[in-house]
Amino acid sequence: MSEDRGVAQALPDDVAALADVPADKGEVHVVHLYPREMSIYGDLGNTRCLAARLRWHGYRPVVHDHHPGAPWPERADIILGGGGQDSGQVRVTEDLARHADRLRELALDGLPMLMICGMYQLFGEAFITVEGQRLPGLGILDVTTRGNATRMIGPVVLDTDFGSVVGYENHSGSTVLGEGQQPFGRVRHGRGNNGSDGHEGARTGNVVGSYLHGPVLPANPALADGLLEVAARRATGGWFPAEVDDTVADRAHRAQVRRLLGS
Amino acid sequence: MRTSLALAAGKGTRALSRLRGGGSALPGLVTERLDPAVLRHTLGALPRGVVVVSGTNGKTTTTKMLVALLRAHGLRVFTNPTGSNFTRGVISSLLGEVGLSGRLDADVAVVELDEAHALHFSAQVPPAHSLLLNVARDQLDRFAEIDHTARLLTTLAEQTTGGVVLNADDSFVSRIRGHVGDGVQVRWFGVDPSIAERLPELQEADVRYEDAEQAREPGPGDGLLLPEEDGRAFTVRFVGDPDADVGPLTLRQRGLAAMINATAATATARHLLGPSFSAPTAARALEAVAPPFGRGEVIDVDGAPLELVLVKNPAGFTVALGTYGTEPVATMVAINDNYADGRDVSWLYDVSFDSLRERGVALTSGVRAWDMALRLRYDGVEVDHVEQDLDVALDRFLGDHRGRPMRIFCTYTAMMHLRRRLADRFALARFGEDPDA
Ligand SMILES: [Zn+2]
Repeated sequence: MSEDRGVAQALPDDVAALADVPADKGEVHVVHLYPREMSIYGDLGNTRCLAARLRWHGYRPVVHDHHPGAPWPERADIILGGGGQDSGQVRVTEDLARHADRLRELALDGLPMLMICGMYQLFGEAFITVEGQRLPGLGILDVTTRGNATRMIGPVVLDTDFGSVVGYENHSGSTVLGEGQQPFGRVRHGRGNNGSDGHEGARTGNVVGSYLHGPVLPANPALADGLLEVAARRATGGWFPAEVDDTVADRAHRAQVRRLLGS
Repeated sequence: MRTSLALAAGKGTRALSRLRGGGSALPGLVTERLDPAVLRHTLGALPRGVVVVSGTNGKTTTTKMLVALLRAHGLRVFTNPTGSNFTRGVISSLLGEVGLSGRLDADVAVVELDEAHALHFSAQVPPAHSLLLNVARDQLDRFAEIDHTARLLTTLAEQTTGGVVLNADDSFVSRIRGHVGDGVQVRWFGVDPSIAERLPELQEADVRYEDAEQAREPGPGDGLLLPEEDGRAFTVRFVGDPDADVGPLTLRQRGLAAMINATAATATARHLLGPSFSAPTAARALEAVAPPFGRGEVIDVDGAPLELVLVKNPAGFTVALGTYGTEPVATMVAINDNYADGRDVSWLYDVSFDSLRERGVALTSGVRAWDMALRLRYDGVEVDHVEQDLDVALDRFLGDHRGRPMRIFCTYTAMMHLRRRLADRFALARFGEDPDA
């Protein structure tokens, strides 16, 4: 499987082998948007994490890499996107516009999506450049981002509906929530959307936007499973998680919380 | 007059900070404050000017090799020692070698500068030549974006007055060709087309696009890396000029990355030396270069080799794993996230650890020991122990594998810490002291 344009990827056998249960609970299709252009800060790790956890829970993961210009995958039960550079964003905007209506419909329909950093911004209402130019986004999340001279960089701890979440932010855009837009989390350490209102990310239905890299899912298994539960219910009609050994993830998570919050 | 005062003050500070065992940058800072043009006054006057080596990966190794090549051809070379690749580091090392008149007893300066500081430097002293290696992710906190790094290197090339040597296989670097000034010569290095399939070992696939300009067709004068079958020996082949071919030769440092660094250094030396370049002299010089600190350094631990391998970005870690991954040694991975390491550890998910799967990892350590163990879990690599404390981890690792070959992959501050401990226990050169010197 060399140039797998839009083709499903397999999970490495050795990772699958960590599961104690057979993969007999059904297929769940994971779509990663623009893994080349919009995943330069390790956000591919989120996709890897979901695929592995699906298998460990007894489901069969099918991962589709969606590249610009390629046909839309035959099935999507959960969609992921990551951060990129300016040049990467330019490369994906045309394709994103082509699938805009579809993505808005899927979001309304309750499909779980996790959009990090650059893709979070593109899922918002608009991005306003330093020069004042207004670039419209998909409008799935009611957030507006302004280009900023200073970068917000560093480790982050949040309180969210999925419990505490740790990660790493690295963004120059400053994002403000529209009226009534829920944040993804409240900042306990770090800067968040804009460094002033204590909000991080945005959440509408099952769509989560966030600045957190890390990547965010491996060290926050409750968030990963929260998204997977919705995906598995849509795909298979139920959610029957297996017991997954998360000792290492919990220790990594706790080490960061203790270090950054001192508790 | 101002330069003399500045140098005198800097020299005083240098003596003081030496006594206190202080860092290398302070005296440079003092001198620079007193005379911002100190670099221009001293380095600008050298007969063959300044050669700057920049890029994300391989600066230290390449600089060392280029210096060795030029010295072997009889040139007197000033250089900044390993690890002090900032403007102030250059001034600090100048202080040791320059008289108060500001005259430096050298024909040429070869300096390693990181991308951000190269511009500050080149504003003071426009380089006669620059060698631009590659653009990859490193220290995201500091430089933020690859695009930004590429722009910095482009500006450096624009400020170069005599000639630039570019990497033909790195599209971020090769497209700089369109930005050099009139009359500035362009030379190329790269891998021989016959081994083009090994390029991914040296690059980051996820930031290269199919529609990026295709690799440059090799042309006359290009220096190309051609490895031998055995994987250790290689030749630097000059297109259209087989008499200039250097090798086959074998480096003391291992791996494809070191070979491409040698190719870059050789292409640059040939460009600088012109007709006085001697292929046999170059081959001998390269074979004698010792691996720089932390790049495949081997420490004798009671008769068993312990290798310290510095990892600082996805490309570097991937290359290191490709070089060493499947050899039957015990492996430890130590990941810190201090400023000098890069505070974001996300990049570990852009490295494939598949090659460690068969033998597993004995220990993960450092501030982010648990995150490293978690990362390995997602590649199906078994980890025996997780121990955040580096001292405890090192004791355990050495104790558990007595008499067997060992390897530690570590980020910068983890390496500094471990190496200090090892230096106390086994006879080792101190950091900054070249084992050859
Ligand atoms: Zn980001």
